[in-house]
Amino acid sequence: MNQDNPTMPDKAAAFDQRDRDWYIDKAVQAIVFLGGISAILFIIGIFVFITKEGLGFLLRDFSFSEFFLSPWWEPTDEDEPTYGILALVAGTASVTGLAMLVAIPFSLGAAIYVGEFATGKKREYLKVLVELLAAIPSVVWGFIGLSIMNPLIIELFDVPVGLNVLNAGVILGLMAAPIMTSIAEDALKAVPDRYREAAEALGATRWQVIFKTVVPAAKNGLLGAVLLGVGRGFGETMAVLMATGHAINLPGSVFDSVRALTATIAAELGETAVGSPHYEALFTIGIFLFVVTFIINLSADLIVRGVRNQ
Amino acid sequence: MEMFSESLLNKKNKRIQSLYRSLFMMMTLLLILPVLVILSTLIYKGGSIISVDFLLTDPINGMTAGGIFPALFGTVWIVTVALIASVPLGVAAAIYLSEYAGDNWFTRAINLAIINLAGVPSIVHALFGVGAFVIFFGFGTSILSASLTLAIMTLPVVIVATKESLEAVPIAFREACWNMGATRWQTIRRVVLPNAVSGILTGVILEVSRTTGETAPIMFTGAAFFLPFLPQSVFDQTMAMSLHLFVVSTQVPNVPDALPYGVALVLIAMVLIMNSISIAFRMHLRGKKKW
Amino acid sequence: MVSTAENMETTAVQETPKLKVSNLAISYGDTTVLKDINLEVKTNEIFGIIGPANSGKTSFLKVLNRMDTFNSNMSFEGDAFFNGLNTRDLRNLYALRSRVGVVFPLPVGLPLTIYENVALSPRLRGVKSKEDLDIIVERCLMRAALWDEVKDRLNSLGSLLSGGQQQRLTIARALSQEPELLMLDEFSIAVDPVTTMRIEDVLKELKQEMTIILVTNLVQQARRLADRTAFFLNGECVEIGDTEELFTGNVKDERTIGYIEGKFG
Repeated sequence: MNQDNPTMPDKAAAFDQRDRDWYIDKAVQAIVFLGGISAILFIIGIFVFITKEGLGFLLRDFSFSEFFLSPWWEPTDEDEPTYGILALVAGTASVTGLAMLVAIPFSLGAAIYVGEFATGKKREYLKVLVELLAAIPSVVWGFIGLSIMNPLIIELFDVPVGLNVLNAGVILGLMAAPIMTSIAEDALKAVPDRYREAAEALGATRWQVIFKTVVPAAKNGLLGAVLLGVGRGFGETMAVLMATGHAINLPGSVFDSVRALTATIAAELGETAVGSPHYEALFTIGIFLFVVTFIINLSADLIVRGVRNQ
Repeated sequence: MEMFSESLLNKKNKRIQSLYRSLFMMMTLLLILPVLVILSTLIYKGGSIISVDFLLTDPINGMTAGGIFPALFGTVWIVTVALIASVPLGVAAAIYLSEYAGDNWFTRAINLAIINLAGVPSIVHALFGVGAFVIFFGFGTSILSASLTLAIMTLPVVIVATKESLEAVPIAFREACWNMGATRWQTIRRVVLPNAVSGILTGVILEVSRTTGETAPIMFTGAAFFLPFLPQSVFDQTMAMSLHLFVVSTQVPNVPDALPYGVALVLIAMVLIMNSISIAFRMHLRGKKKW
Repeated sequence: MVSTAENMETTAVQETPKLKVSNLAISYGDTTVLKDINLEVKTNEIFGIIGPANSGKTSFLKVLNRMDTFNSNMSFEGDAFFNGLNTRDLRNLYALRSRVGVVFPLPVGLPLTIYENVALSPRLRGVKSKEDLDIIVERCLMRAALWDEVKDRLNSLGSLLSGGQQQRLTIARALSQEPELLMLDEFSIAVDPVTTMRIEDVLKELKQEMTIILVTNLVQQARRLADRTAFFLNGECVEIGDTEELFTGNVKDERTIGYIEGKFG
């Protein structure tokens, strides 16, 4: 570089040196880059390792029609094991569906109250409370389903078993609602105040402002909140393991016991031999869960990001 | 005439408004009340069994009596090792995203990966832990396997909290430092991190709380139903609070009613206390103006 | 190579201008805010830049310190040479910035103590001893006319000072770099006239130690301080000349007279 300018003084040449601090900065950049890329590596790693363990089943025993369309999950049958997850999908879907029925209206209602009506200290307290509710571990929720909801349902509806779709659905709804409330409230908060002011200037009342202006403007964010709730319900393990009754069933009513995809893995993995078809089939369910939640999270992210780009 | 009809309309609108307001308040309360009832039930039914002895003695008679000390001790082990693994990694990732990363597809890929790490079901993380740490890396069912599984699962908590507190430091401070010839790292170390460290700590406490409550990821990677001894190193199995609650409430016959309630109460208290500390910390910070 | 340079040092220092700018054009995205700038700033002179708002003065200073790298939207064409080195080709931009002190109209007190605000730059270049730092901090705060107001509370936060005090803290921080080139952009905007005069007196002394570029919207300030002055208008450099000549009407472009006499801007 110095050749370009033969008259350059020594003093000037001296300042443009890469010193220790310059190299430290580059080293730090490389290290934190590794931290950033680790998230990608872990997601890929999760997919690779569960596929690796499930691959034997996928190549050997897997039949698309049996796996997705048969309601018989009988991996331990000695003569003819069958690996149908239809009943498990139905279990997961019924519980998640009921949970959303409970959680969507209440969490959106709560988000509107906290975000648009409540003010000052009351608002702060409610937000803290919602945050604390979201922190209750799922195994505690499962225990509540088992020991509080179960006798309650038997008593109220006069049914023989209280561990069923209703129990797990309500538990899961209560579990998912605080998180959905937080995300939905963020979405409402993201609507600029000038929208509200403009609507109020036109003479709209408070509730008209909320329903005709704020909610429509936040609808993508609210949809994202619902999707994340669905993803959470779909992937929840301990609570559904303990509260559904864990019986393989295509449910006909909310009082039927069911079994969820996640719970099946949790209940059976410990009893299988590593590398056995049953063990590999459980990992194949894991691959299915991974792919579905990946799609749900991706859509939620795209929808929410769509709002921000507006 | 005009005035009169308008005030009627106003009255009607006010009524509708207060109707809506009450409706939404009801919904909020309906969401919160059952949980408060449940918590009170836990305290009512489990409170009697809680004592210093309960916390500090071993379970006896096939876990139908005695205390929970090995489970408490094991949870502390698991959480500590998980933190050691995830906090440096999470903080590094957040520094990269907040201070170095450009606005490009690669950064979006990292963010997407973080969202998915948080969104993948905990049982899938458990399967990963079995396939990767227990089998492939040969750590066996051990504290190390369980903690690493949890560390990866809760990594997004640290990353998101750290990133938010780094981004809360105005860009003008960075530019002022760069203008003086400070390198990016010098700027981060001397100005950005000192002003973000409390926010990061808030995130770490949240992670402790999350890690304490998780059950599925440790079931097959390192937590045992019952162990007659305490773990000596990270390569040993251990009992843990969350799994212990599952075990005493579903797997052990003839457990007296108060015992699982007591375990649930201790577990939920640990989690809620840590969350409250984190929230209180955050509010304290918000009140302290530094610029 | 080094020995050749050494031999030439005595002549070269006089020949190489502290700053040389050729065919410089600056744009934000598709909008060009400054173009066709050619000028030299000699070592140990005060170089004034005057002109109405939005004539590209601040962008000019930003490029000299390579602040375009902070903003992906900002780019420049042409070249700027610092000590004869093209700032495009530098191996270590941090070293350039540590030799150039800048003060912008929007003051930024760092969220550190007042003391640490001023001690930061010396610390970064390796000054460790408390006594040395004390001396530097006191001297810089004195020169920025802030010492008397803050000497009893050096441990309070610099970011919580008043606007005018933060402005002077920023000046003190720039001085703590012991820069070869000091660039001031409307430094007196939030400072009272008496204090402004005190800082102006300091600048006249500092000329012995460093080169100064003074961007100002107060034409009389340029007249009081600058050896030479450039007049920027609508993204172009209309005129560069000896300050006294410009202010006595000896100009090449009538618009310069118009601006100096307050007819527009």
